[in-house]
Amino acid sequence: MGTKATIAVLSGKGGTGKTLVSVNLAAVAANATYIDCDTEEPNGHIFIKPTIVGEYVVTEPKPVVNQDLCDGCRTCVDACAFNALALIGKNLLIFDEICHSCGLCTYICPKGALREEQRPLGIVKRGRKNGMTFLSGEMNVGESSAVPIIKALMREQSTDLVIIDSPPGSGCLVTETVGNADFCLLVAEPTIFGAHNLAMAHDLVTLMGKPSAVLLNKTQEGENPSEIYAKEHGLKIIGSLPYDEHLALLSSDGHLAVEEDEHYHTYFKELLEAITKEARHASDSDPQR
Amino acid sequence: MIIAVPAEEKSLDSAICVSFGRAPVYCLYDTEKETSTFLDNKAAEAPGGAGIQAAQFLADQKIDSLITFRLGENASNVLSAANISMLKAPNLSIADTIANFLEGKLSSLNEVHPGFHHGH
Repeated sequence: MGTKATIAVLSGKGGTGKTLVSVNLAAVAANATYIDCDTEEPNGHIFIKPTIVGEYVVTEPKPVVNQDLCDGCRTCVDACAFNALALIGKNLLIFDEICHSCGLCTYICPKGALREEQRPLGIVKRGRKNGMTFLSGEMNVGESSAVPIIKALMREQSTDLVIIDSPPGSGCLVTETVGNADFCLLVAEPTIFGAHNLAMAHDLVTLMGKPSAVLLNKTQEGENPSEIYAKEHGLKIIGSLPYDEHLALLSSDGHLAVEEDEHYHTYFKELLEAITKEARHASDSDPQR
Repeated sequence: MIIAVPAEEKSLDSAICVSFGRAPVYCLYDTEKETSTFLDNKAAEAPGGAGIQAAQFLADQKIDSLITFRLGENASNVLSAANISMLKAPNLSIADTIANFLEGKLSSLNEVHPGFHHGH
């Protein structure tokens, strides 16, 4: 295709079909990079079945106190924006899972009693499948924020066309994937809940100044609240993927629809062309690029 | 000794607030002076770590006991470090809760929850 574009696939809510759309788009493209950013439960590998060629541990810094140097001045406790520190008597308590690894406490401690220690947070895997580059992040159980893993994934070397399988929601993790995208593909369900979370995702990408369009997934006869939202808010509908039990069964067996069904091969090929065209338009009309 | 109870309002008739860290106010009762004061909880609006900040605040007030419906793990760790005892709140007004405490009717809080932290 020759287009240089980074496409973030996101949804606001889970279970709308982000991974289904992402893996099939990546599979029909020549030499795409698929990045699974759903680090709490990465599942893109189930469909792509890559050969893993590399893996490394992602760490994040956490403060550690030397109680012999700490005089209990409390500067760090008062400065912490996240309330990750408490001081009882001269005993400094540090709450790692509340800490955002900003480094401020270590920086401002007048006694140099704090230092940062790297803690493992999760892993990044790199793999290959035919011409496709596969990247996936996996957060360790019990950790609360995968932002450093997503940042590590975004720094990885990729091919011209990148498909980012975003985490669900519209929080910090998604802002990391959207921030790196040229174009955002929103995947939405035909439910009121789906339309509500589509609105949140749409608000986020609009706020971040990213061009976007929605793919209406699992469409059926009758009213589609997500379609109504898109029409009322000037959100381009790039396509509809009608509910199909055959497609659901293919996915539940871990198959790539584009490899098993000619109809879906054509469908995703055309969808990819429509998306890359939109992304190209967007980058052409953006003077900053 | 000083006991603290998370309250909905600055009144002895107020109900106990179900949340510890995000209670709007705390009632502090001094058992020797038999006086009660109400203090605003600055942690109530904190984006995160409210329990820790609230526990720090109460430890700074030199309280001896906290009476609450529930408590998160982090707040519990701060209070334990400050040797503050934690008691299970009854479903009563602040005034009646203090009366129950003085009569020795309250039992210790044995369960702490892992926290209701927001996603990032």
